[in-house]
Amino acid sequence: MAVDLHKFANPARFLRITSAIFPWAAIVTVLLLAVGLYLALFASPEDYQQGATVRIMFVHVPAAWMAMSIYVMMAISSATGLIWKHPVADLSAKAAAPIGACFTFLALVTGSLWGQPMWGTFWVWDARLTSMLILFFLYLGYMAIWGSFDDQSKAGKAAAILVLIGAINVPIIKFSVDWWNTLHQPASVATMDGPKIHSSILTPLLVMGLAYTSLFLTIFIIRVKAEILGRRLRILRLAHVED
Amino acid sequence: MNKFTNLIIRDIRLAVRQGSAFTMTLSFFVVAVTLYPLGVGPELNILARIGPGVLWVGALLSCLLTLDRIFQADFEDGSLDQLMLGSLPIELMTLAKIIAHWLTSVVPLILITPILAVSLNMPADGIWVMMLALLVGSPVLSLIGAVGAGLTVGMRRGGVLLSLLVLPLYIPVLIFGVAAVEAAIAVLPMGPHILLLAGLSLGALVICPIAAAAALRLAVE
Amino acid sequence: MSLTAINLRCIRQDRLIFTDLGFSLKAGEILWVQGRNGAGKSSLLRMIAGLLKPVSGEIQWKGASVKEDPDGYQDQFRYIGHQEALKPVLSARENLQFWADFSGSHNVSAALKEFDLEKIADSPVGIMSAGQKKRTNLARLISSPAPLWILDEPISSLDTHYIELFKKQLEKHVAAGGMALLATHQDLNLPSVHKLDLDGPRGRNNE
Repeated sequence: MAVDLHKFANPARFLRITSAIFPWAAIVTVLLLAVGLYLALFASPEDYQQGATVRIMFVHVPAAWMAMSIYVMMAISSATGLIWKHPVADLSAKAAAPIGACFTFLALVTGSLWGQPMWGTFWVWDARLTSMLILFFLYLGYMAIWGSFDDQSKAGKAAAILVLIGAINVPIIKFSVDWWNTLHQPASVATMDGPKIHSSILTPLLVMGLAYTSLFLTIFIIRVKAEILGRRLRILRLAHVED
Repeated sequence: MNKFTNLIIRDIRLAVRQGSAFTMTLSFFVVAVTLYPLGVGPELNILARIGPGVLWVGALLSCLLTLDRIFQADFEDGSLDQLMLGSLPIELMTLAKIIAHWLTSVVPLILITPILAVSLNMPADGIWVMMLALLVGSPVLSLIGAVGAGLTVGMRRGGVLLSLLVLPLYIPVLIFGVAAVEAAIAVLPMGPHILLLAGLSLGALVICPIAAAAALRLAVE
Repeated sequence: MSLTAINLRCIRQDRLIFTDLGFSLKAGEILWVQGRNGAGKSSLLRMIAGLLKPVSGEIQWKGASVKEDPDGYQDQFRYIGHQEALKPVLSARENLQFWADFSGSHNVSAALKEFDLEKIADSPVGIMSAGQKKRTNLARLISSPAPLWILDEPISSLDTHYIELFKKQLEKHVAAGGMALLATHQDLNLPSVHKLDLDGPRGRNNE
């Protein structure tokens, strides 16, 4: 056996725990999504100005929450990887990135679908949408750097440095984009600041947020598993070549 | 400190002797800015309106093209190994190279800006503030750029990746930089924008050499 | 003065290069690292120079781990890699002067003399031959002296005359109590040299 498996001993425990969680996460996701979508799309009141269009918000806003929190989670995970050199840390950041990018993309698409009836155009350089777009670029860069290294452990460290710098920058970017938007705000345009918080609206939002979180968890477990097994496969192949 | 300045002087000397590096970046900046009037039409009002943005974006892109110069040559000829092994802490070594990059690649861009600004029909007040804003904000370009350059050093086709990594992080500088110039043109106070740019530069000065040094340690492994 | 490596393990791209590798080197000794391509000669040398972190194991200088005083250790060796670390637009003298300043020493003219570079010292490195560049790079050993020389393929692209000259320098260095860690394909025929064979039981090739 060419390479020590001790480096991958930790993943064994990780795999065991996540395998136990996985079916529950999947069930909870289905339930929450069903309830959340019913509350959001049928039970919630229509807005007196926006009509049924306001219901896009229930898909859009939690997706934007997820987009931000997954990036933060990746940064924390990468910091853990850099400091304590835990082998699963880098892999879990890597596994989370495409899911985060998908949520960002969902937020962008639903945002522009909402914008069509509101603004009369699919894209307005609204502060929130613009920040989302930049966040999407950050996700793309993160995924690209993983693909650009042959050595996966090097790729992990490089991606960790990048995501940490990115995480420091995210609030600055958010602030600068808001600033830019107030400077250039044309008068009397509806903004995407979301509906006014009211309990009939808050409940579906929160349920959808939880549904997305458990959806994330479900896909995340599959992806981390795939990463760990992929890494093992690579090592076995190398051993095969060398023997 | 002596080694620090020595390294800056070496990099400047290399840039001067290679010569072509200066002129190529400058030419790119001029050509890129020239494309805008050709693209949007020569109406002076429109040009004056988009001038600050055009100049800042042009400066950003020109700077981007020079980033691989910070570490690439040293990486390829083995000098980077030796620089890492010197008694100068790697973070300071990185900072010295960043300063040299800023002096040789970014400052020339700032110096040529007034001429381009005039060609875009920018009022005189705007031109001075444009230069001030570039002077205060452009160190961020070299600093953040060095992190990206460190991460992509030694990569085949690193250039495209570098721009994908670095450009989104340049956005705050772009926003505050353009806002400062537009404020000055509209005879509004531009102080806050300049201070924000200075804040960005100082923040980047603290964080980026450390991150770039970490990236370089990875690169020489 | 001694250099000791204990149980070094090197993994590159998930591939085990060597493991449980150890050696020790005392003042006045030369260690010749042998091995096929890919056996990890360069990796080992970079590890000793601190550029590459061992996955496990320890490197000791004078009996203390180099991690305790990395800066102090860095002054104790000179690493000469595959690449020449010379700038083509600068002359040999300017190149050497920069590296000498960077390591805080100033024996440039002596170094140029020892390696027979005086005549070409002021021409730009860019127009020199491969052998001349190599000699300029090796001259750093004299211009920035250090007790331990870590030399990765120091004689590639040198002709026999200059190989002899380099051997004389090496012997002088060791005779004066220096140490050298050397990776070459060619046998240098040095009289007393310790050997470390990476193709042996420590390497992956014999597992």
